Amino acid sequence: MSGLTSLFYIVASILFIFGIKMLGSAETARRGNFLSSLGMLVAIVAVLLSSGMSYTWIMVGLVLGGSLGAFSARKVEMTGMPELVALFNGFGGLSSLLVAWAEEVQPAGANPIFTDSVIFAALVIGGVTFTGSLVAYGKLSGKLDGKPLLFPNQKAINVAVAALLLLLGVAYALQSGFSLPAFYLIVLLALALGVLGVLPIGGGDMPVAIALLNSFSGIAACAAGFVILNNVLIVAGAMVGASGLILTIIMCKAMNRTLGDVLFGGFGAESAGGGAEAEGEMKPITADDAYYILEAASQVIFVPGYGMAVAQAQHAVKELAALLEENGCEVSFAIHPVAGRMPGHMNVLLAEADVPYEQLAEMDDVNPLMSNTDVAVVIGANDVVNPAALEDESSPIYGMPIINVHQARTTFVLKRGQGKGFSGLVNPLFTRANTRMLYGDAKETITSLVGQFKGS
Amino acid sequence: MDPLILLLFIFTLAIFLGFELISRVPSQLHTPLMSGSNAISGITIVGAIAATGAGATLFAQILGFLALVFASINVVGGYLVTDRMLGMFKKKGGKK
Repeated sequence: MSGLTSLFYIVASILFIFGIKMLGSAETARRGNFLSSLGMLVAIVAVLLSSGMSYTWIMVGLVLGGSLGAFSARKVEMTGMPELVALFNGFGGLSSLLVAWAEEVQPAGANPIFTDSVIFAALVIGGVTFTGSLVAYGKLSGKLDGKPLLFPNQKAINVAVAALLLLLGVAYALQSGFSLPAFYLIVLLALALGVLGVLPIGGGDMPVAIALLNSFSGIAACAAGFVILNNVLIVAGAMVGASGLILTIIMCKAMNRTLGDVLFGGFGAESAGGGAEAEGEMKPITADDAYYILEAASQVIFVPGYGMAVAQAQHAVKELAALLEENGCEVSFAIHPVAGRMPGHMNVLLAEADVPYEQLAEMDDVNPLMSNTDVAVVIGANDVVNPAALEDESSPIYGMPIINVHQARTTFVLKRGQGKGFSGLVNPLFTRANTRMLYGDAKETITSLVGQFKGS
Repeated sequence: MDPLILLLFIFTLAIFLGFELISRVPSQLHTPLMSGSNAISGITIVGAIAATGAGATLFAQILGFLALVFASINVVGGYLVTDRMLGMFKKKGGKK
């Protein structure tokens, strides 16, 4: 690596550091993202300037990949954001795998143990990131069933695959004349492990899985950096790995679960019968009656969940909120950290609908106000408002912090049908005395409420 | 110093730096942070370019080219999508 290239890499690393730092605060986030993209540009220019390059295919690759990326980034609906981020993430992992592979096929003779070890690491982490993200993409976009997919001996099989990989890895690192079929077996097993690892993770746990896969893609890039002895890959990859891990921990805390539970639990599938059965009946209410209650309310809190994303109801919700405000009502949105399918999912949707930032409230700020709230409107959220998490020790989600909508004077639950939610848990909120169910598509329900307000 | 040790040294410091930089992020920024850092993980594009342009064998170059295409999607798409999201956040802040 020449001196000039190294200098460029230092500049790029500094830009990444500032970029990540600024992404952590609302005022500077956009500039931070720009700085980090500038860092990427500097790093790319640096490697292009290194000697002995033939540029034709580099340009073809850059233009091809760049335009594909730009096209999908421009075209995507905000509701499709989680799966797109998952897909991009998987491509990053695949790229790290391929970079390590390209290094392995160099006819340089036997590699030192260290190089072989990091090639192995890049292959495995990159491969798991790739297929794991693809499965996450499938689940998020509805192409695969979002429910946890469990089969007999699943844990045993996963452990066996991982152990076999590790064994092959040790053999690969120690043995100089490693056979090619075994090398391909490593790649195949890594790809399989990604699929097997994400299949049992249910939709409600997706924010954790996505954050973890994000961390993995960084570590994969970092491992690829060790393979080709490139410090900018190591620095950038390690920082992404660390920040992704922090996000993963935040998500786990918000669900009061350990990472192990999420990865191996198959939550919701095996515990579907857990928790006490709810007593009483759900009390449906028509949109007409709901309108009269909302019209008289002076404090309303909306609690959005994944159902709002599915119904694409965010714009209608924003309209209803604006009408309520005109009516002299105080409106806020309570957002649970793991509502939706990726970290911060609801914030993105509400931002798209132009909901003012001041109206968005975090769980801890809104819970003390709940008993003074006239109406809490739950839009397609379930587990994050399930009082069993507070009261029922036998419930699988016992201990998870929730938004206490059951303490509001009246709670409306917008829900497609009477069935159990995504996680398959009974939600005693639905049968509480002060809960009213508004069945039907969330967007239609909200739109009809908006119509009533306008007609009055 | 052994260059490998030096790289490990850099690696360790970068991990700690990453933890320090993102100690407290408001939840509203979780998605942009994730998709922005995801774009950064596309840094592997540097290795892909090197393999494409200076790979020792044709096979290595082909692998490098594939890596380059996927990494470019990740980098360009990741940054643009993050910018789009943050643009929406900003607009809202300026309004009220």
